[in-house]
Amino acid sequence: MNSFQGKTLSWEQTGEVVEVALHYEPCNEIGSATLKELEKLAGLLESQLAARALIFCSRIPSGFSAGADLRELYRSLQSLTVGQRRAGVREFLERIHRVFNLIDTTALVTVAAVHGVVFGGGFELALTCDMIVADRTARFCFPELRLGLVPGFGGVPRLKRDLGNGLVRDLLLTGRSINAVKAGAVGLVSQLVSEGQALRVARGIATQVGKFDQEATRAAKQFVKPIPYEELRREIDLFCELFNRPVVEAALRKFVESSDVQPYLP
Amino acid sequence: MSSLDRTLEQLLVLASDHFQVPAGTLNPDDDFFKKLGINSLQTLDLLTKLETHFNVEIPDYELQGVSDFRTLAERIHSRL
Repeated sequence: MNSFQGKTLSWEQTGEVVEVALHYEPCNEIGSATLKELEKLAGLLESQLAARALIFCSRIPSGFSAGADLRELYRSLQSLTVGQRRAGVREFLERIHRVFNLIDTTALVTVAAVHGVVFGGGFELALTCDMIVADRTARFCFPELRLGLVPGFGGVPRLKRDLGNGLVRDLLLTGRSINAVKAGAVGLVSQLVSEGQALRVARGIATQVGKFDQEATRAAKQFVKPIPYEELRREIDLFCELFNRPVVEAALRKFVESSDVQPYLP
Repeated sequence: MSSLDRTLEQLLVLASDHFQVPAGTLNPDDDFFKKLGINSLQTLDLLTKLETHFNVEIPDYELQGVSDFRTLAERIHSRL
């Protein structure tokens, strides 16, 4: 039996299904603490794991994940030299990419059961999964341009893999969020369900996929899910290039100092 | 009643229902952030409900600078 109780996430294996629950207040922001625990999960995936499916879900009522931990990012900017910032952000991104690539390529069938905000890095985590099940409260967004950045956790190459380029450009360039109905209509979401039902439905998927020959499933998944390694590497470079500019620090400061009336609105 | 007024009326009912405040306590010119004490995440939640109810898609950047129900109704109505 595999189980882990962490500060930002926990997992439990029941039969052949591993369920990972994100539970880091306020809204599963992905920073160094979450990365460390995701790396533990990656270690599990690299081991001889007797499992067929992996589900991600969130116990935080407001959503799956609001994205990168911008407060931690801003704090690190204050305490590091320019050179340290450059090296630090690249190292962080390379670690995140390693974990996300492992999730993307695992032999397990992966399902993200999402609700509420699925923003930025949280959206990018969901996109590593084979399927997204969304309840009707879910909203998807790449808000990074609002900060003078682009998504840095692999989101654009993965979204391009799944959607028409027109909508990718819309989401990236406007920074707007789309609801679950729209996400379902464009094929981003596999199943749209009632509020609170995403995890139940994801468990149903996990049971279903476990019925089939494991080798055939692994081969089928590799066949239909190309990993855009070159673009993922270029995304890291682009993010690092944009990151070390005053406009980014100013945007982060504005977010951190906001009274939270409108920071998640464009 | 004009169709915009109908939209506004429905919006006020939906908002009071969603945030569980007594019907009739919300007025068209109220600042919904202050009146309801909501933050941006809760506003996005309301936006989802409104999009579903009115069967429209409202880019959330159109909510920039919008803080009263009357203007929000105009934004919704423009998409009907």
